[in-house]
Amino acid sequence: MSALLEVQDVTVRFGGLTALDNVSADITDGEVVGIIGPNGAGKTTLFNVICGFNRPDTGTLRWQGNALQRHQPRQLAGLGIARTLQGLGLFPHLSVLENVMVGATKHARAWIGSALLALPRGDRDEQQLRKRALEVLSELDVADIADRLPGQLPYGVQKRVALARALVADPKLLLLDEPASGLSNDEMRELADLLRVLKKDVSVLLVEHHMDLVMDVCDRIVVLDFGRVIAAGTPAEVRDDPRVLEAYLGEEVTDADG
Amino acid sequence: MADELESPAGALIAPTSASSTDRFGVLSRSTLLRHTLAALVGFGVLWLLITSFSDYRNSSWIAPIAFTVCAAAGLTVLVGLSGQISLGHGAFMLVGAYTLALVQEHWTTSHGNLAMIGLLAAAAAGAALFGALVGVAAARLRGPYLAGATLALALGLPTLPSYEKLSGKLGGNAGLFVSSPNPPNGMDLYRWQSVICCASAVVVLWVLANVSRSRVGRSFRAVRDDEIAASLCGLSVPRVQVLAFVLSAAGAGVAGGLLAMIDLTAGPQAFPLSLSFGLLAAVVFGGLGSLAGAIYGSILITLLPLWSQDITDALSVHSHKVSSNMPLMVYGIVLTVAMLAVPNGIQGLLRSLRLTLAPGRRR
Amino acid sequence: MFRFLNLTLNGLTNGMIYAAVALALVMIWRATRIVNFAQGGMLMFTTFIAWDLAQVHHANYWVALVVAVVAGILIGGVAERVLVRPVENGPPLNAVIVTLGLLIFLQALAGMIWGNSQAHSYPPAFRFIGYKVGDRTLRFSPNDLFIVLSVLVVVIALYVLFQRTSLGLQMRATAFNPEVAGLLGVRVGRLLTLGWALAAGLGALVGVLVAGTSSGYVTPVGPFDALLIYGFTAAVIGGLDSPGGAVVGGVVLGLILSYADSYISNFIQTMYALVVLIAVLMIRPKGIFSRTSERRV
Ligand SMILES: Nc1ncnc2c1ncn2[C@@H]1O[C@H](COP(=O)(O)OP(=O)(O)OP(=O)(O)O)[C@@H](O)[C@H]1O
Ligand SMILES: [Mg+2]
Repeated sequence: MSALLEVQDVTVRFGGLTALDNVSADITDGEVVGIIGPNGAGKTTLFNVICGFNRPDTGTLRWQGNALQRHQPRQLAGLGIARTLQGLGLFPHLSVLENVMVGATKHARAWIGSALLALPRGDRDEQQLRKRALEVLSELDVADIADRLPGQLPYGVQKRVALARALVADPKLLLLDEPASGLSNDEMRELADLLRVLKKDVSVLLVEHHMDLVMDVCDRIVVLDFGRVIAAGTPAEVRDDPRVLEAYLGEEVTDADG
Repeated sequence: MADELESPAGALIAPTSASSTDRFGVLSRSTLLRHTLAALVGFGVLWLLITSFSDYRNSSWIAPIAFTVCAAAGLTVLVGLSGQISLGHGAFMLVGAYTLALVQEHWTTSHGNLAMIGLLAAAAAGAALFGALVGVAAARLRGPYLAGATLALALGLPTLPSYEKLSGKLGGNAGLFVSSPNPPNGMDLYRWQSVICCASAVVVLWVLANVSRSRVGRSFRAVRDDEIAASLCGLSVPRVQVLAFVLSAAGAGVAGGLLAMIDLTAGPQAFPLSLSFGLLAAVVFGGLGSLAGAIYGSILITLLPLWSQDITDALSVHSHKVSSNMPLMVYGIVLTVAMLAVPNGIQGLLRSLRLTLAPGRRR
Repeated sequence: MFRFLNLTLNGLTNGMIYAAVALALVMIWRATRIVNFAQGGMLMFTTFIAWDLAQVHHANYWVALVVAVVAGILIGGVAERVLVRPVENGPPLNAVIVTLGLLIFLQALAGMIWGNSQAHSYPPAFRFIGYKVGDRTLRFSPNDLFIVLSVLVVVIALYVLFQRTSLGLQMRATAFNPEVAGLLGVRVGRLLTLGWALAAGLGALVGVLVAGTSSGYVTPVGPFDALLIYGFTAAVIGGLDSPGGAVVGGVVLGLILSYADSYISNFIQTMYALVVLIAVLMIRPKGIFSRTSERRV
């Protein structure tokens, strides 16, 4: 099976700092791939390169076999890539429903003309988006808070809303940047269950510090340290790799259980 | 009307629960019907108001309020919804006024109603085009940079007609002549001007209310709240920002065109910095992002100069210095106090009042 | 050639004035990440105070100047404490609107006290008449020399304050990272107030200098608005964050305006500033972007 997304020999430098150093990784349909590594290892930077926020100094990206060059973040939704941000990145003054409806932008058909003149076409379009958004919200069990503002909700619920906003675009690939940070143990278990359900429809690239979760749901894991891939393989292989232990020594191992 | 046109940031959730759908029936499903009805009712009320005054002098404030609303409504969409600031919205009014004057001078032969509508559309289009230009630059600027650049624009643009190479075409400091619209039989010019201005304001509000309620309005607010998240949702941040500038400038262009039509000139003197400041005060006073607020705010800043004489007389300060500076002083106080104490303006106050009085209703 | 020399001299003098305004804006920007749109209004108001003393009450030039600077320091400090502190960490929009509100308030207040109808002239510190080279008169007078030297002295004094004193170190630390500075025992709030006060004092000096030039006059609205735009443009040329850049930006802008004024048209000075401002912002918006857009994903 050919890869959905391939990252080949990507290097990113910020001034003197090499955030990614010849990193290669790939993900195929229906896979959950974990990206782990200590703070500052370059995980978010890898996501930023995939999303087009940072350009790689060298190396290439391929999406479904085609090279991704000079792509803009706003084109991702159309390609079938969605991402949640480290932290929340919700629109604070938009209701939960509206947040998710913005996420469904790529499904919208009517645009400026219908908006200016309030044509029925625009209303129908809105109805569609609202329905779609509510569906995703109910799938994630948060449809009851559709009218609330994100700031009024507990952190765990906000994270779900962020996930809903990414999922509503029907992505083929979901990039999750620390989806479990700030969650309680219960919520984290729910997240793990959810990810297992999701992987039937969508591939997931998961950046996460909570080893339990990563080991539990990932098919494969890539370990970054100082921008370099120091190990890659199944959870079992990675767990026993001495280089990984070394990279994490005295750091995440202790609080990996959350 | 105010309530229907209201589209404050964050309160745009169309009814999702069954009960509210029942309550409004077909109206809740068709934005077109709802807004058009509100616009017709609004215009009807205004028509009655205009025709009921026995003497035009008693109603001379209606036209200025109405064209101020056009500009303020555009500004509140720009600042409140799309999160871009313009300290120089008077510049777009100026472009609208000059567009109208130039088009009238070079291309129109008739003074009929159709020609007048065409002229106002040209004013809107001219300002919108200029807004697109400014918007493209503005999309790369943030916060204080944009504020400074728009301030410079409002200060610089009115000097252009004096520039030797342009003064021939733009009439120098005196400006260009604009001929007055022809009132229909049985109506005096002042009433007719009020009718034109009110109709234009209703149309501008109608369009902007449509936009605010639509996906476009939502993308404005999304971009305002978080540009990075918005781009990940598939929105082109610059495009959305330019669009906001274009719409906002079009509103201001209509306002400038109307002003020129009433003054019978398009000249630089009509667009001082204090005009731009007044517009900003109006939208901040009314509540950023709220079209209803833009209406209250426009009423305030238009009537202030008329009231200030009375206020100073009431305070027994019989000084022209004081009374003539009273409006400016109020703008300044409104801007600072509103930001420090009531950041959501009148419309925000009303909303929280409604919330306290009728708890349980949607936000 | 002689004309060019004169334009250059004139540009330098004006440039020093713009540099000083820019410097005041930069000091406030570094301290609080706010562009002080009230700068023009603050210096207009203090200049009116000085004018009132000098022209109406016949006070000595230097006494009026000192009073203006002290008044500026007070206005700046109070403005920071009362108006700016609450919006310091809020959205940039709020800070812009508050400082603009202060600008408008001061313009209105000055109008109420001193009236808008008259443009008052202000006595110069020294002679207006330019130095002579042979039988030709330079467009550079003892008064201009005084302006250039005053700004230079202030710039050097500020440099020493920032780079060589512990107070300056604390101010730089606060500008760089207020949280860390606070943890290190720096009294951040006071330093921010001091930053605003110093900047406003500098502004007050500029106001009196400008009013005393041959083309200067005192009125509530008008020349001081333009001065704000010139100062802002100069500060942006320099990157808004750099005091040295502000001075260079001021001089560059002064020269550009002086040449354009003479070679193109002297009706549209503010347009030149606008063009320069937009050009700079378009060519290198990266170096001068606000913090929010630098946010890493
Ligand atoms: N835009 C940027 N400019 C300069 N340096 C950057 C930039 N983005 C990231 N870096 C640096 O690159 C390195 C990798 O950062 P990155 O955010 O990718 O780490 P991470 O693995 O996501 O860490 P964390 O687990 O803390 O989220 C860090 O040293 C960071 O400071
Ligand atoms: Mg990260």
